Amino acid sequence: MTMLAIADLWNYYVVIFLMMAGLFVVISKQNLVKKLVGLSIFQTSVFLFYITLGKMAGGTAPILVDDPSVTYSNPLPHVLILTAIVVGVSTTALGLALVLRINEAFGSIEEDELLAAKAEAALERPNRLRSVVKGGDHHDS
Amino acid sequence: MTASYLIQNLPALLVAIPLLVAAVVTLVPVPAFAWVISLAAVGVSFVMALLLHSVTMTGVRISYYLGNWEPPWGIEFVVDSATSMTLVIMMGLAFITTLAARHLIAAEIALADCGKTYAAWLLVCGGLSGLVMTADAFNLFVFLEISALSSVMLIAMGAGTDRRSLIAAFNYLIIGAVGATFYVIGTGFVYAVTGTLNMADLATRLPEIDQSIIIFVGFGFMIAGILVKAAVFPVHIWLPAAYSYAPSAVSILLAAIATKASIYVLARLIFTVFGGFPEMTGAALTMVIIPLSVMGIFVGTIMAIYESDIKKLLAQSSIAQIGYITLGFGLASKSGVAAGFIHIGNHALIKGGLFMAVAGFFTAMRNRVDLNSLTGMGHRMPITATAFVICGLSLIGLPLTAGFISKLYLVRAILETENYLLVGIVLASSALSLIYLWKIIEVMWMQPAAHDAPKLVENPAIYMPLWMLAALNLWFGIDANWMVASAEAAAKSLIGAGL
Repeated sequence: MTMLAIADLWNYYVVIFLMMAGLFVVISKQNLVKKLVGLSIFQTSVFLFYITLGKMAGGTAPILVDDPSVTYSNPLPHVLILTAIVVGVSTTALGLALVLRINEAFGSIEEDELLAAKAEAALERPNRLRSVVKGGDHHDS
Repeated sequence: MTASYLIQNLPALLVAIPLLVAAVVTLVPVPAFAWVISLAAVGVSFVMALLLHSVTMTGVRISYYLGNWEPPWGIEFVVDSATSMTLVIMMGLAFITTLAARHLIAAEIALADCGKTYAAWLLVCGGLSGLVMTADAFNLFVFLEISALSSVMLIAMGAGTDRRSLIAAFNYLIIGAVGATFYVIGTGFVYAVTGTLNMADLATRLPEIDQSIIIFVGFGFMIAGILVKAAVFPVHIWLPAAYSYAPSAVSILLAAIATKASIYVLARLIFTVFGGFPEMTGAALTMVIIPLSVMGIFVGTIMAIYESDIKKLLAQSSIAQIGYITLGFGLASKSGVAAGFIHIGNHALIKGGLFMAVAGFFTAMRNRVDLNSLTGMGHRMPITATAFVICGLSLIGLPLTAGFISKLYLVRAILETENYLLVGIVLASSALSLIYLWKIIEVMWMQPAAHDAPKLVENPAIYMPLWMLAALNLWFGIDANWMVASAEAAAKSLIGAGL
């Protein structure tokens, strides 16, 4: 009985595993590309969740036929996920484009190295400000 | 084609026009021309929002069926007085910001990227309008991501002046996507038990379901996702970096309108979609939203006190201000929600004005604005600095400014619940916000400029829109009728039936 329940809900266990694994990777990994991979896994788990919701055991594709005994799967969650996949792809694409630019600008895609590089960037001051600071010193004296 | 026929179609146009024009603007090679087109599109959106507001204030509820598919099967746009007030505030602020944007974008973004910047700009406007109007729970996620991804693009455009904007944009992308996915998980749970996605349909069907644990889980996921987007403490961490490293024009736009739409969605979900569960939403409001708001108010204010980078300081103070709005909602009374809506409008005016003034300083000095560089700015750029002071005083909540009206209605709403601790907290945090603003005002006006400081030119293209905002801050401080009447109508349409 328990084995049967697990088999029935198999997809949902996979969903929960993927969800947790994805979220864990997003939070714990330093590498920005790995973070995006984690995000994709996290989003994919939700896709699987919706698709499982819409699937009827023994149901066919929702194309109307004259036989009243045919059961259909619910197409709506599947269509929703089509949209969500598009959103997921654009998120990943934009994220990877940003990673490329980050690598060009900082020479690293590791979060801890970026933090150090960011602190350096804070110290970079174009000449204009330097003259203002000098002016302030002068004023004090 | 009668007038009412036109009004019926405005909700769809409000999304379609910015989205279509965005595609056109990408191809326009001349920034000035792209700006004119964008300004026209945002201006038209603003006029449409005003039209919708004037109609819905009479109690009419406009519903638009996309593709003429009837709800609950098709996607529906609904505009009631709460929606239209949010729309007017967002589009009005977007219009004034676009007025100032031309010079700021030309100064900070490479010529070849200007067209794309305006395109993303319009996508943000169209996406946020759709987010506010949609009555379909899944469609809401799509608009959430349209506006979030285009905001990420806009933030990353700051790489030309400050490369840290790339990291800020990436973090916002990740955190925002996780938040949006949480929302989708919640929607899945709710759909699984009701089989519908239409919000009005959900509101009627949810109470009929006896599997309250699934609804409870779905509610939790949806609200958690929206809290991330609305930058409510403690899931606000993306906001300070995103606002402060973005190009000046983008900072103004995001600070004025971006989180407002999500805050509105939060209210819509809690009070209408899950309005049939007063115990569950009541517990969520008193045990989660109010404590988080109070913590946000204090953390934001204290972080702002210790911050010397002006853009970051203002972003931190936004966290506190968002706390005031959600605190109003958390009271779950008509007057509390009305206070929240009043502050949505007034905070958009205040923060829009402050960020625009900082953008004025930034372009004149061609550098990041920190406390040192503002020394004597009151004498070097008096027009911009005066407007900054007006908006700043409004932020603190001095009488005769819009911020005072916000605080007045918020305190009144709290007094109705006789929770004097909360009243004390609001007053104490206002006093604290005086510290960080006074710090800036003192540096700007009390200290003389260095005598060899270079002369700064004030650009009317920036200070004219800035003064429009400053004047509106004064106007709504003296005659708040429009704001208060709209907010009360908004509160009535959101919780009039339920509580």
